[in-house]
Amino acid sequence: MNLLTDPITVSHYMVVGAVLFVVGLVCMGTKRNALGVLMGIELVLNGANINFIAFGSKYLRAETLGLDGQLIALFVIVLAAAEAAVALAIALNFYNNHSTIDVDRADDLKG
Amino acid sequence: MADYLLPRLLGLAVLTPLVSFFAILLFGTRMGKRGVAGGVCATAAILFSAVLSFSAFGVWITTHPPVPVAHHGEHETGEHQTGEHGEESHGHAETAHDEAGHAEAAHAETHGDGDSASHAATPHYTGEIYLLGKFGDLRLTISYYIDALTICMFCMVTLIATCIHSYAQGYMHDELVDDYVDHEATLDDGSHVHRPGRYHRFFQYLSLFCFSMLGLVYAGNIVMVFVFWELVGICSYFLIGFYIERQSASTAANKAFIVNRVGDFGMIIGLMVIWTGLGTFSFGDVPLFDDNGVALVDEHGEQLEQPGIFTQVRTAVAHHTPDGIIKAASPDETAALVAVAGPDASRAELSQLIDEQVPQWRAEKDEKGAPRGYWLMIVGGVGIFCGCVGKSAQFPLHTWLPDAMEGPTPVSALVHSATMVAAGVYLVGRFYPFFVPEVLLVIACTGVFTLFMAATIAITATDIKRVLAYSTISQLGYMMLALGVGGWLAGMMHLITHAFFKSLLFMCSGSVIHAVHTNEMTEMGGLRKKMPYTAYTMLVGCLAIIGAGVPFLIGFSGYYSKDAILEQSLSLMQTPGNPGWTQVFFLAAAGGAAITAFYMFRLWYLTFAGEPRNQERYDHAHESPKVMYVPLVVLAVFAAGVAWHLPFPGSDSPSLANVNLTNLLEQARPLETLADAPGQLIAMTWPAEHKSHASGIVVQATMVAFATAMGGLLLATVFYCWRKLNPEDVRNQFAWVYRFLLHKWWFDELYNFLFERPVHFVASLASAIDKTIFDRLIDGTASVVKTFAKWFELVADQKIVDGAVNGFANRVYASGLWLRNVQRGNLREYVLFIMIGAAVIYMLMSFFGGGAIAG
Repeated sequence: MNLLTDPITVSHYMVVGAVLFVVGLVCMGTKRNALGVLMGIELVLNGANINFIAFGSKYLRAETLGLDGQLIALFVIVLAAAEAAVALAIALNFYNNHSTIDVDRADDLKG
Repeated sequence: MADYLLPRLLGLAVLTPLVSFFAILLFGTRMGKRGVAGGVCATAAILFSAVLSFSAFGVWITTHPPVPVAHHGEHETGEHQTGEHGEESHGHAETAHDEAGHAEAAHAETHGDGDSASHAATPHYTGEIYLLGKFGDLRLTISYYIDALTICMFCMVTLIATCIHSYAQGYMHDELVDDYVDHEATLDDGSHVHRPGRYHRFFQYLSLFCFSMLGLVYAGNIVMVFVFWELVGICSYFLIGFYIERQSASTAANKAFIVNRVGDFGMIIGLMVIWTGLGTFSFGDVPLFDDNGVALVDEHGEQLEQPGIFTQVRTAVAHHTPDGIIKAASPDETAALVAVAGPDASRAELSQLIDEQVPQWRAEKDEKGAPRGYWLMIVGGVGIFCGCVGKSAQFPLHTWLPDAMEGPTPVSALVHSATMVAAGVYLVGRFYPFFVPEVLLVIACTGVFTLFMAATIAITATDIKRVLAYSTISQLGYMMLALGVGGWLAGMMHLITHAFFKSLLFMCSGSVIHAVHTNEMTEMGGLRKKMPYTAYTMLVGCLAIIGAGVPFLIGFSGYYSKDAILEQSLSLMQTPGNPGWTQVFFLAAAGGAAITAFYMFRLWYLTFAGEPRNQERYDHAHESPKVMYVPLVVLAVFAAGVAWHLPFPGSDSPSLANVNLTNLLEQARPLETLADAPGQLIAMTWPAEHKSHASGIVVQATMVAFATAMGGLLLATVFYCWRKLNPEDVRNQFAWVYRFLLHKWWFDELYNFLFERPVHFVASLASAIDKTIFDRLIDGTASVVKTFAKWFELVADQKIVDGAVNGFANRVYASGLWLRNVQRGNLREYVLFIMIGAAVIYMLMSFFGGGAIAG
């Protein structure tokens, strides 16, 4: 099967989602800037969202309206926004205390 | 009417002081200022009891009018009216028995006529109030037994107690303070004891005592008597130890209690004999009921009754050994009969078999000539008497009574002279039918020795209360002597008269002590000018106790009772066939009378006559308040006249003309004293008491009594009033006698040597054994256990349990330390872990998850 030639199916969505997810994961794992890490998190969440929407779409189950996957995706977006607000507040505070947002410097809680 | 009224009146009279006791016990401190109303409460209660008692007395003399006892000069053939007066009131007039002719007739079972009062010949009422428990045939009950003696005792006790309660309100007045200083109780630092006043407490105990004493007299069975007996004992203990802070008082209280326990031990043995032999504790007959409360009747439809003690010992056949006692004395024969009858025989058959053998057993005599069961009767009688010896302070248990004078004087007057100590004599009198002649001999010997010994000790005592204490012992000895020689009426009468004059004497002495604050007569003298009421009422008491009177005409109360005792001792002595040593009874009694007169007037002269020996104390002396001397006057009237044969006041009916103490007591006379009683083991005969009224005996005894009393009085007057002779010279002349008497015959020292030392020796021995053997054994065992425990603790606890717990903890700690290394604080590393972890989990589940993921 060739994804580039075939008509659009769930698999295409999943590829995009997987790419987004891996990019986000790598971004989280490699960035030292806290904002970069946050961006990676957003990418991971959006990768997950694409998967939700893909599995809920008519491509997989023709008989449904395909709204349930989108609904969950909306929830995730709301959660991501809340999480981002909290994470930014932490980052701001961290900067206030340490004059940096390098996550490698945030080792106060190490065992 | 009487059988309804009497138990209720007297029962209420018993309970009233108990109510007062509980009232003061619960609310005593709140009764007026410092409990002053406690005295009023107790006095009112006993006054109410007295009113009830005298109402009962009124009921009694109207339903059982006393009849004069006919006395004839020739007593060998004379006829007597016996005590069946009660029958007449019920319309069953009994003709007088020909006493001497039919001596045994008196023992005959009287003819049942369905009335509880008529089963025994003496009129009485008996009944059960409450059944406490039933053990086989034995019934433990609260019951009553009321006869003329009960009525007399109730009136005597309540009257004297009322007087003493009133007196005590004055006497105990100095207890009405918040801070009472006891000048006779010294602390280690030399200061005196300070304590709150205990006025209400005193009256609380007095009330309890009155309840106990009245209950004792009311009791209808010997167990109930025993219970109240112990109750008066504990009240006596409380009251002797009233000044508990004083060493002497607490010791005296202990002494009284412990010495009485010795006597009570004998009494319990007596109770066991009664239970074994007679199967009942009740004095009178008890109607029988089945379990449903329906009366059991015989074939004639008459109420079945369980015979009481008196009915069992009073039958003509039994004479002195009832069937039950004979059966109890024949265990081997009974066992043989049971063996012969075989195991199938029913209980009824067996008892019938045994009953058939009883007449045969009764006829047998042992090698000493005693009928079967006679020894058991002796043991039982002496056992009961032992209790009386303790309570009535007879030799050899007399030593507690003088020490009991540590209590406040009203207590000495009420408890330790008039009522409680007389309870022993009362019980001997009440139990008289149970005593076989040999026991009477024991009683007489105890009494005669006690009366003489105590009288001699009283001569040298200088403590005014101790003189009276020894006098009490001596007079109680007189009563025991009277009972022992067969003079039931004499003994009981002396009990009543003595109660009046001895309580009077004690209260007078208390009045003196209250005035001069000392017990020592050597510090007194000339007090009659300062306290005339006390002095002259005490003179009446002294005259009453020595039995002063105009011979054959009239006298103080002691004149009648003491002469009766002398007459009966003389009658015993003159009975043909009695051994010569029975003269001792008469001679000691007569000698005792002389000594009594001497020491009583020595007391009076030393206290009230002559010149004051201690001017300071004399100056401070004063007559007691009215609340104290009015009872003295009341008691003086009774001490003088209680035995007088006056026409009963306010009665024009001829039946009441004969009401006097003698005739009243005569109604309660046990029939045994109406016939000669020969001893079975000793060749002696106890003459019937009426024989002592023969003119020959009366004249002789009265003259001797008068002569001895006047002799003693004269001697005392010569020594202590006219001062013609100096007591000091006599003292020096007979120095060893004086020392002997001053040390109270060395009884305390003797008991110290005989009992206390050996006990202490045995105790120290036991304590040494305890310390060297038992303690070591126990200590050794303990140390072994301790060592083992230590070792075991090391092994089990420290090594195994602690090791396991600590080891686990250490492991956890170590793994925690190791896991710390993972937490390095590097965020990106964490993300890596999550990634790798998620990948690992995914792969594991793919391989081993069984298709959970990628099915």
